[in-house]
Amino acid sequence: MSTSAQNLEPRELIEGTSLWQDAWKRLRKNRMALICGYIVTGIILSCVVGPFLMALWGYDYQSQNLEYGAHSPSLTHWFGTDFFGRDLFTRVLYGGRVSLLVGFLAAVVSATIGTLYGAVSGFAGGRVDAIMMRIVDVLYALPYMFLVIILVTIFGRRLELVFIALGFVGWLMTARIVRGQVLSLKQQEFIQAARSVGVSDTAIVLRHLIPNTLGPIIIYFTLTVPSMILQEAFLSFLGLGVQEPLPSLGALINDGANQMVVFWWQLVFPGTVMALLLFSLNFLGDGLRDALDPKMK
Amino acid sequence: MTQPLISIRELHTHFRTDDGIVKAVDGVSFDIAAGETLGIVGESGSGKSVTCLSMLGLVPSPPAFFPRGEVLFDGLDLLQLREQELKDVRGDKIAMIFQDSMTSLNPYLTVERQLTEVLEIHRGISRREARAQCIEMLEMVGIPSPEKRIDQYPHEYSGGMRQRVMIAMALLCKPRLLIADEPTTALDVTIQAQILELIDELKRELNMSVILITHDLGVIAGTTDRVAVMYAGRIVEQGSTEAVFATPCHPYTRGLLQSIPRLDDPTVEKLFAIPGVPPDLSALPRGCPFHPRCDSVTDRCRVEYPDIVQFGNGQWSVCWEAEATA
Repeated sequence: MSTSAQNLEPRELIEGTSLWQDAWKRLRKNRMALICGYIVTGIILSCVVGPFLMALWGYDYQSQNLEYGAHSPSLTHWFGTDFFGRDLFTRVLYGGRVSLLVGFLAAVVSATIGTLYGAVSGFAGGRVDAIMMRIVDVLYALPYMFLVIILVTIFGRRLELVFIALGFVGWLMTARIVRGQVLSLKQQEFIQAARSVGVSDTAIVLRHLIPNTLGPIIIYFTLTVPSMILQEAFLSFLGLGVQEPLPSLGALINDGANQMVVFWWQLVFPGTVMALLLFSLNFLGDGLRDALDPKMK
Repeated sequence: MTQPLISIRELHTHFRTDDGIVKAVDGVSFDIAAGETLGIVGESGSGKSVTCLSMLGLVPSPPAFFPRGEVLFDGLDLLQLREQELKDVRGDKIAMIFQDSMTSLNPYLTVERQLTEVLEIHRGISRREARAQCIEMLEMVGIPSPEKRIDQYPHEYSGGMRQRVMIAMALLCKPRLLIADEPTTALDVTIQAQILELIDELKRELNMSVILITHDLGVIAGTTDRVAVMYAGRIVEQGSTEAVFATPCHPYTRGLLQSIPRLDDPTVEKLFAIPGVPPDLSALPRGCPFHPRCDSVTDRCRVEYPDIVQFGNGQWSVCWEAEATA
């Protein structure tokens, strides 16, 4: 009797979970993605904070010690030193920082352009959409690296230009993905409902359509970052990336590859860090894709 | 009748498609007085929804175009307004609620954001100020503890609750006309009755007019003052709800009324159904579009579209048979 009376008591309002909380719960269940998430966070943190700490102990990435020269890993130089006697550990941390910066910023640039372009194209529809997508097709047909190389040669080899150049040619896929999403979303009733209360087109695109495409955008973003890092490495390998003495992972691997028979550590350490970073970012992206897909419940 | 609130004259909404021109709405006229509820019934594809969407300029154009007709509201022809002017009317003076409450709210925005947005647009007030009004409105449509529920996402609401939110959203600016496009189709029967009652109550409270689109004649009977029956893009019969239910003059209306399942008549063993299927709107048959399915078809019906026959009490119908008996 008493239990049924208790059941009649008004219950506490159940706290709802938002879509993001749901996604986070699912991501936490995916151990591989979670471990990779920790690795990525670890690498990012050490690349951001590491160089400052190393500076406190008197290490920096550019002071040379030609007499000391290249030494294998030791207690004073964990990753050894390069031909100029520079501490490789500090240089890897610095290079990681540059690579991450280029990767993230280029991905941000490409995601922003791609999202806006795709959303406008999909929402406008009809002839506008057809023209905008043909432009994407044409750009897609152009040799990608060739464009970057032209951009970098025209505008110089400054660090910020590298990621802008990469971002400018990297948005095409995002634009296509977002357009596809918007095409199906704009048929949904809530868009018609928004129109029926007088919401303007700009607000519909920015407030109603783009947030609904954020899932795929985030997934594609996490997969773009490693590819951008790889592109930067490739540019550095060609000597078009960042300028000496500033290191990037790609530039360090390039240096290491030239001397790998004698000074193996110069290739192994930056190479391992880069492989670990790319591997983890890709797995994290996969995990996010599963977590953000509501059908995966 | 006094000056109507909104007056639709000879509305034509046609769509240009690959299969030719589809005449979704082909000469629809009706008036709605202030405070009146008009029911529009008809099968799927009879043009009920397109009529109402056309009034608000919500039909994508192209492919839609309006060869003739006008929608007079406040001395303005809504069909002639520019998109910007129409936006001021939508949601403010005329609001609409849709069939599927499950998909009519943006899943990524909180209810608060979607409600305050309306007031931000039409009243130009800040989100903070709007919030208080929105909570009040949610209270009015019967959402319990609205000050907590307002911060939740749509998926945390049940279907009936979402439809209430939709109604709140539509009524925030106290519109003079509410268009309800099958507002209860996606809900179960008990919730249906609640929602209809709520719309009726709010209609009195805010002194607005309502257009209720439905294919459920039971809904029409309980809540509307007048009813218009649509078939193949035209109104085939119109009149006060009582008159149309008591003396249906168009064979199509009679068919619809006969198709209602009755629990109180044990002699009926099989449900009545109107034979045939609704016509292809891009290739309407000659004469009266209903003639291939009509049980009292004559030779004249096959060649000539019938005239409007008035019955004195405001009821009218377009049928040759009705003309003969009038």
